[in-house]
Amino acid sequence: MIRIEPRPATSTAFKLGLPILSAVIAILGAAIPLAFAGADILTAYGEMVKGVFGSLFAFSEMLTRATPLIFTGLAAALAFRARLWNIGAEGQLYLGAMAAVAIGAGAIEAPGYILLPLIIMLGCAAGAAGMVVPTMLKTRFGADEVVTTLLLNFIILIFLQYMLEGPLKDPYGLGWPQSAPILDEGVLPTLMARMRVHSGLIIALVAAAVAQVMLSHSVWGFKLRAVGENAPAARHAGIGVNRSLLSVAIVSGGLAGLAGVSEVAGLKGYLTADLSPGFGYTGIVVAMLAGLSPMGVVVAALFIASVFVGADSMSRSMGVSSYLADLIVSMSLLCVLVGGFFARFRITRTGSSASKTGEA
Amino acid sequence: MLDILNILLSDSFWAASLRIATPLIFGVLGALLCEKSGVLNLGIEGIFVTGAMVGWMAVWLGLGLWGGVLAAAVAGAAFGLLHAILTVPLGLSQHVSGLGVTMFATSLSYFTYRTALPAVSSPPKIEPFRALDIPVLSDLPFLGPVLFQQTAFTWLALLMVLLVWYVLNRTPLGVALQAVGDNPDSVDAQGLSVYGLRIGAVVAGSALMALGGAFLTMSAFDSFFFGMVNGRGWICIALVIFASWRPGKALFGALLFGAFDALQVRLQTEVGAVVPSQVFLAGPYVLSIVALVIAARRADYPRALLTPWFKGQR
Amino acid sequence: MPCRPVRPPDAPAFLLSSKMTVDLTVTQTTQTKVLSLSGLSKRFGSVIANDVIDLDLHQGEVLALLGENGAGKTTLMNMLFGHYLPDAGTVEVADEGGQMQALSLGHPQAALAAGIGMVHQHFALAENLSALNNIVLGSERLGRWRRDLRAARAKIEQIMQRTGLVVTLDTPVGRLSVGERQRVEILKALYRDVRILVLDEPTAVLTPQEADTLFDNIGAMTREGLSVIFISHKLREVLAFSQRIAVLRHGKKVGEIATADADERIIARMMVGADTPETPRTDMTAGAPVLELEGVSVTGRSKRDSLVGASLTLNAHEILGIAGVSGNGQSALAGLISGLTKPSAGTIRIGGADIATVTPANMIKAGVGRIPEDRHHDGIVGAMSVAENMVIERLNSAEVSRAGFLKKDAIKANAETLSRNYDVRGPGVDARARLLSGGNIQKLILARVFEQTPQLILANQPTRGLDMLAASEVARRLLEARETGAGIVLISEDLDEILSLADRVVVIHDGEMVEAGTRDREVIGLMMAGEATPHEPQQSGAGTK
Repeated sequence: MIRIEPRPATSTAFKLGLPILSAVIAILGAAIPLAFAGADILTAYGEMVKGVFGSLFAFSEMLTRATPLIFTGLAAALAFRARLWNIGAEGQLYLGAMAAVAIGAGAIEAPGYILLPLIIMLGCAAGAAGMVVPTMLKTRFGADEVVTTLLLNFIILIFLQYMLEGPLKDPYGLGWPQSAPILDEGVLPTLMARMRVHSGLIIALVAAAVAQVMLSHSVWGFKLRAVGENAPAARHAGIGVNRSLLSVAIVSGGLAGLAGVSEVAGLKGYLTADLSPGFGYTGIVVAMLAGLSPMGVVVAALFIASVFVGADSMSRSMGVSSYLADLIVSMSLLCVLVGGFFARFRITRTGSSASKTGEA
Repeated sequence: MLDILNILLSDSFWAASLRIATPLIFGVLGALLCEKSGVLNLGIEGIFVTGAMVGWMAVWLGLGLWGGVLAAAVAGAAFGLLHAILTVPLGLSQHVSGLGVTMFATSLSYFTYRTALPAVSSPPKIEPFRALDIPVLSDLPFLGPVLFQQTAFTWLALLMVLLVWYVLNRTPLGVALQAVGDNPDSVDAQGLSVYGLRIGAVVAGSALMALGGAFLTMSAFDSFFFGMVNGRGWICIALVIFASWRPGKALFGALLFGAFDALQVRLQTEVGAVVPSQVFLAGPYVLSIVALVIAARRADYPRALLTPWFKGQR
Repeated sequence: MPCRPVRPPDAPAFLLSSKMTVDLTVTQTTQTKVLSLSGLSKRFGSVIANDVIDLDLHQGEVLALLGENGAGKTTLMNMLFGHYLPDAGTVEVADEGGQMQALSLGHPQAALAAGIGMVHQHFALAENLSALNNIVLGSERLGRWRRDLRAARAKIEQIMQRTGLVVTLDTPVGRLSVGERQRVEILKALYRDVRILVLDEPTAVLTPQEADTLFDNIGAMTREGLSVIFISHKLREVLAFSQRIAVLRHGKKVGEIATADADERIIARMMVGADTPETPRTDMTAGAPVLELEGVSVTGRSKRDSLVGASLTLNAHEILGIAGVSGNGQSALAGLISGLTKPSAGTIRIGGADIATVTPANMIKAGVGRIPEDRHHDGIVGAMSVAENMVIERLNSAEVSRAGFLKKDAIKANAETLSRNYDVRGPGVDARARLLSGGNIQKLILARVFEQTPQLILANQPTRGLDMLAASEVARRLLEARETGAGIVLISEDLDEILSLADRVVVIHDGEMVEAGTRDREVIGLMMAGEATPHEPQQSGAGTK
C-alpha cells in the first residue's frame, strides 16, 4: 500500500535541484512536439543551443531578452510571496512604457541625468498605479485580484491602442500606430558596442539584489512574508495586513512598470502595441521556477530567455513554429508545480502485509 | 434616447445578444461546475482556445460539425483532467495550476495549428453551423428571429443550463457535488469519494468550457485565428461570482453581458464619431470588473473553494 | 477464521481466534460480541499514534474510550470508520446474523455497510444543504436521475420519533444550532441502520443538561440493541454513562475496567500514569481595574458572533471565567479584547485608559497579552521560524529592529532564552514553527505573551487539545501571572477548567453576559442554556456595572 506523508523538512539540494530538473524535463518533453512537426530532434536541440551560445551576439540577445523577464519575474515573486495574485504584470508593463514615452518622447527637454530618472520614476509610478487599483478593490470590496488584474490587462491594452492612435501617436510615423521615439537623453545606454543589451539589465540585477535583502532582512519583508504565509495570524499579531498588501502592490506594479520602461527606453526606442510578447505572463513562470526567491528570479529569467532565443533561432532555421518556446515554458511551469508536491510530501510504502494476515 | 429604445425593441438586437452570450453560457456553466465542487479552474481561457482550435480542425479534417463538437469536448476534458489531477489528489495551488494549464493549452493549440497549417496567409474556412429554420416557429414575429433562428449550438447551450440545473438540484450526484464543495468531510464520512466527485466535476466543467470555445469557430465565425478568445474565459470567471454559482443566474448574467455587448456595437455606429471606439471595446472587461465588485462581498462562495482535501487527514 | 457470535468467556482457547484477547474484567455471560479490533497500529511520521491496540464491544453496551488529548482515541476510531488505513491490525464486525466478518479497512463506505456509524467531533456536515440532504447523502445511487425523498423523510421521521432526536429537516444545516447539528450527525448514522455507533467527544459543545439528554437518548437506543463507543476525556461523564471503560495512554491501551468497579481516582491514574498534579492556588485580593467594558456591543454576521451591551470589570490579581456553550458570543468578546473586532457601541478601558480605536496593534500597545483560541490559525505563522514567531508582535521595538532592518542575532538570542525559560522543545529556534507539537506551540505563544508582562491577558481556550501535563503547565503560568498582578479573561468550554481557575464566573448566552454569582454547576449549566437567571442577583453587582 502506498501512502503520502508530509516531509518534515526539505533539503537545500532538493530545493535547488527541483527547478533544474523541471527545466530539463520540459526541454526534453519538447522532443514530442518537435517530432510531431517532423523536425530532426537532435539537430533542433543543436540549433537551440547555438542560438544562445553560438556567438557573443547570440548570448547578448539572450541577456536582452532576460532583462524584462527579471523585472516581471520579481513583480510576480514579491506579490506571490504576500499571496497577492498579481497576474496583471502585462498591463502594468504597458502602463510603465506609456508613461515613459509620454514624458520622454519630447514632452520635456532636459539633460539625461534629469530626464532618465524622471522616466524611470514615472514608469514605476504608472505600473504601481496599475496594481494599486485591483489591490484596493480586493481590500475594500473583496473582489478577487486574479480576475481583476487579468481583465485589467485587456483594458490597458485597449487603452494603449487608443493612446497610440491618438495622444501618443507619432506624427511622423507614416500612419502606423506607434509613439514618437524617446529623446536621446532619455535612452538607457547600451552595455556593449554593436549589441542590443542595455543598462536596463544592470537596473534589473540591482533590483533583484535589493529585493532579496529587503525580503529577508527588513521589517517590511518580515511583514510581507507573514501576511503571505498566514494573514489571520499576521493580523492577530498587529501587522496591518491591508497596508502590507498595498505596499507590495506598489513595489510589484512598479517593477512591472520598470520592465516597460526598460524595453521602450533601452531596446525599442518607441512604443508599439506589440512591445511585449507576453513578458508579464512569462514572469509568473519565472517566479515559480525561482521558488519566489528574488535572486532565483535572475537565474530563472536567464533560463527562460535562453529557451525563447534558442527556440526562435531554431524555428527560423528549421521551419518549426516558434510557439514551441511557449510550449516549453508552460511545461516547465507545470513540472515545477508537480515538483513542489514532491518537495512537500514523500511517498512511502506501508505494511500491506500486516493488514493481509488478519483476513485469513 | 429614442435610438436606444429602438435598438432594445428590435429582434435583431436580442438575437445578437443570445448569440454573443452563447460561448459565455458554456464557459460560466463549466466554471460553475468546477467551483461548486471546490476547484477554481483558471485553465478556462486556454481550454476555450483549445476548444476553438480542435472543434474547427475536426470539421476541417472532415469529421463533421457534431464530430467537431465532440472532439472539442474531449480535448477540453483532457486538459480538465490535467488540472484536476494537479489540484485534487496532489492538492497543488489551484491558481498556479490553472494559469499553467491556460499557458499549456494555448501554446499547444497554437503550435498544433501552425504545424498543421505552416504557411497560410488567410485562415481556411469551414462550413459552420447554420441557423435553424423551424417551420412556423421561425416565422413567429419577434420570437422567431430571436429564439428559433439561432444555430443548434446555441440551443445546446440553453439545454446545458437546464441540464446543469437539474443535475445540481434534483439528482443524488448534484447533492453530493454541492456537499463536496462545502465540506469534503461530509462526503467522505458518508462513504463517497471526494476525489472522484471533484475530478469528475472538473473534467465535465472543462468539457463545457471547450464547447464555449468551439462555438466561436463553428458557429459565430468559420475559421480559427490567434487571440480570438480574447479574455472570454476570464470574463466567465467573473460572471460565476456574479451569478452566485446558480445556473439560472449564470444564464441571466451571460445574457445581460451579451445584451450589453450587442448594444455597444450598435451604439458605436450611432455615436462612433464622438466617442473613441476603444471605449466600447473595453466595455465588456470594465463591466466584468464592476459586476465582480458589486457581487464579491455578497457572494455565497462554496466554502471549500481553493481548499485541497487529503484522504486520511481529518 | 470467523468467530462464533455467542461464546462463553471460559471457552477453551482453541475456540478463540489467535488475534482475540480475552477480556477478564467484564464477565457477564449474556454478552454478544459485535466488534473486535485486534492489533491496530498507526504511525504518523515519527509519532506512533496507536500501538497494537485490541478492543472488543458487546451488543447493547456503552463503552467509554478514555484518554488524554493526543492519547490516540480519535485515531483508533478513525481507523475503525475507514478514515485512516492502519499500518497493521484487523477489525471484525458482527453481520446481521451475528457472524463475525472481517472489515475491509480504509473505506468509510465499507464501515457504513458493515453497520458502523461515526459522529465526528468536528461535524462532517455540508452547511449549504438541508439536514435531510445531509442525512441521505451517500445512501442514494449516484447514477440515478431522480430522488425519492418521500420514503427517506418517512424513515427519518420515524427514527426521530423513536429516539427523541428531533431536528427540522428542511433547514440548511448552517442555520442549525450546534446541538441540532449533532443530532443530524447521529441521525445520519441511524438512517444507515448502524448497529455500532461511535461518538467522538460528543459533549464538548453541549451544556451539562444537553449532555444529559444526549446520554438519555443513547441509553434508549442501546436498549434497542445499539452498541456505542464514546470518546471522552471527561471522567465525570465516563463514570456516569458507560458500562465499561477502556483507557488509552500514549497510543497504547493501558487498561479496561467495568465502570461499576471504577472511581475518578482509579481511572485518572490509568489515564495519566500518575496522579494529576494539583495546581496550587493562593487567595489574592483584587487590585485596580485592568479591563472595563461599558455597554459594549458587537454586531457580527450572526447572533453567534455578536455581543449585546456587555458590561464588566476585571481587576488585577483576578481570573474571570467566561462560561458558555460555544457560539454564544465568545468569539466576539475574544475578538474585541484581541483587537480584531471593532465594537459598534460602548467604551473599553484598559488599565483605566480609553481605547479609542480597537486594533490588534493598539491592544498590544495597551499591554494586552492574547492567547488565541486557534493557535495554529491565529497564533503562529507556521512557515516562519520559531524565533520570528517569538518577536512577531513587537517588530518595531529597539530589541528587534533598527531603522527598518531586523536584528537577526538579537532575535535568535531572544528565542533561545525564551525557549529555555518556557521549555519550548522542538528542532530549534530556526526551524519552522509548524514543526512544533501543539503543546510546544502553545508554550511559544505563552512565552511571547508573558515575557511582555501584560496587565491584561486574554486566554481563549488555552488548554484545548493539550495533554494534561501541558494543560497544567498553562494553568500554572496563568496563576503565576495572576499573582504578579495581571487580570485574566479565561474563555473556556470546559466548565471544570473555569471552576478550578477562575475567581469569578460570567456566563455568556446569546451574546449577553451575566455574572453567575455562584459556582454551582447545575445553575451555571442552566444559565448557559439561557434557562435560568443569575443565582443571587444582588451579589452580581460586585463585578458588573
